[in-house]
Amino acid sequence: MYKYDNYDQAIVDARVAEFRDQVNRRLRGEITEDQFKPLRLMNGLYLQLHAYMLRVAIPYGTLDSRQMRMLAHIARKYDRDYGHFTTRQNIQYNWIKLEECGDLLEELASVEMHAIQTSGNCIRNISSDQYAGAAADEIADPRPWAELLRQWSTFHPEFSYLPRKFKIAVIAANEDRAAMRLHDIGIQLVEREGKLGAAFYVGGGMGRTPMIAPLIKDFVPIEDYLSYSEACLRVYNRYGRRDNIYKARIKILVHEIGAEEYARQVEEEFAHVKTLGIDPPAAELERIAAFFAPPPFEAGLSKDIDRSDPDFAVWLDQNVKPHKEAGYSIVNISLKPIGGIPGDASSAQIDVMADLAEQYSFDELRVTHAQNIVLPHVAKRDLYAVWQALNAAELANANLDLISDIIACPGLDYCSLANARSIPIAQKIATRFSDAERQRDLGELKLKISGCINACGHHHAGHIGILGVDRKGVENYQLTLGGSGAEDVSIGKITGPGFDEDGIVDAVERATDKYKELREPGERFVDTYRRVGMEPFKEAIYG
Amino acid sequence: MKLLTGNDLASGAVTWWTGDGWSIHVENAVDVGESGDAILHAEEGARRVNAPYIIEAVPTPEGPRPAHIKDRVRALGPTVRPDLTLKPADPQAGEWVI
Repeated sequence: MYKYDNYDQAIVDARVAEFRDQVNRRLRGEITEDQFKPLRLMNGLYLQLHAYMLRVAIPYGTLDSRQMRMLAHIARKYDRDYGHFTTRQNIQYNWIKLEECGDLLEELASVEMHAIQTSGNCIRNISSDQYAGAAADEIADPRPWAELLRQWSTFHPEFSYLPRKFKIAVIAANEDRAAMRLHDIGIQLVEREGKLGAAFYVGGGMGRTPMIAPLIKDFVPIEDYLSYSEACLRVYNRYGRRDNIYKARIKILVHEIGAEEYARQVEEEFAHVKTLGIDPPAAELERIAAFFAPPPFEAGLSKDIDRSDPDFAVWLDQNVKPHKEAGYSIVNISLKPIGGIPGDASSAQIDVMADLAEQYSFDELRVTHAQNIVLPHVAKRDLYAVWQALNAAELANANLDLISDIIACPGLDYCSLANARSIPIAQKIATRFSDAERQRDLGELKLKISGCINACGHHHAGHIGILGVDRKGVENYQLTLGGSGAEDVSIGKITGPGFDEDGIVDAVERATDKYKELREPGERFVDTYRRVGMEPFKEAIYG
Repeated sequence: MKLLTGNDLASGAVTWWTGDGWSIHVENAVDVGESGDAILHAEEGARRVNAPYIIEAVPTPEGPRPAHIKDRVRALGPTVRPDLTLKPADPQAGEWVI
């Protein structure tokens, strides 16, 4: 894991001191809310329905047990004993007091964490593959390249006031576990003739106008990685619209001028940027990469696992994934108990996960964009002990990628932008499909719920997506089918008229029943939908 | 009827104008009629409230009920965490929101 150097620590500490002063000035009435709002947003502090909400950055979703315990401590001391892991691999606290923010951020900074780049029109926290460094299918560890972007983007003077927020994901495998092409810039590390490079996809995103990022350049030599990124941002910063918030994201620019023209302008800018010498020297790249060296895996570990406990065997089959090292596995901790709140974890549960990471996973954890947690490096011999500890903490939900592993934004229960509640819908659907056998029979089915068109719940990318809307003050839910955030990326299509709270649960059930009727061997829900199209599902849903 | 609501500056808690101060309980809110804007500016200027705004509400025997669901959620707390609402002992409280 990356460790702050003196410079990293100094800028974070300075920011904490600066924001503490700004908070005090606001409390004393020396600045108005209009003056204060952009300052607090630059520090991840929102005003939501019930209180201030603080979003803490977890760079590329990676953290260690010390940091995880701090997240539990923050929940216990400054919030109401829980946190909410988000679809951008961050964590949010819902009940923060403005007067305590300075102390909170100081405690966070003591473990190399902050809330910078979690709001505002800047380059947001970089996201990545939660299996980085553990997956067998990656060509390189994407984290050093995500870390390089973190260092480049933090307080980048030119990109602190972009036309709109800007999200970047970096992956290094063909299997896309980070919804890479639904980011403003999606970067996939690739190899060509034995050399490492990066494919750049630019102009994706969800929200009001969902778009899949087109390929802008299939191979940028890795020594040009930062200069090319800078050129992509510069063209956007110059031509992105600032007159209309709904047309300000880079996806609109790329769509309007065309991917080819955008790429041409980036090339032109790149020719200039490259002369500025911003790409770091090899020694600096090696310094960063060294922080992500593989942990000291033991050789010759047994691959055998005792599956005699049936509940353990079910969890093993559903939540444990192959690791690139023999004798090790990747453990997924689902934060989606039946009837629970997707992504929420109590401080006690966060502590349990920190303890397990320290004891069994080389002190590493990951947060996934699906609002789950990963222990990336667990020896197979330890899986049963890990499962027992998770089970005792009510964290052994064996539903990864099944219909109850629902992504849901906080919705109208917490969010001031939301039009409808998301969480109760997730709870009702998970409860309707609570039978484990039924879920497994349905197979991989990614269901995603957003409480407004901003799409924080990634509904556009759901095999089944649900969008909450406000119909004359009453919650209403639109259903979409056929989306995907994976390597088979697609945007879901609306089935037809919306439903009320109970009606949407029935509609989901009718869609899954139709899938079971139509599916061919080996087909997932989304495969069947793509083969047969919307019509049979529409007939089943609306009768 | 019209209510004036906002958040406490220091704690962020949802508050309602009672006629002579602020309460976290919507039951204590009063109809501000046409004087909402004047109260809003005075109270915001004195930092006794943050981000205030005026909403429509319906009078009921139990007190004012905000017209829009968003303000009813604000008045009670998250419907998915009854233990964190202002009425944790009342399992039916969430129905008031919906």
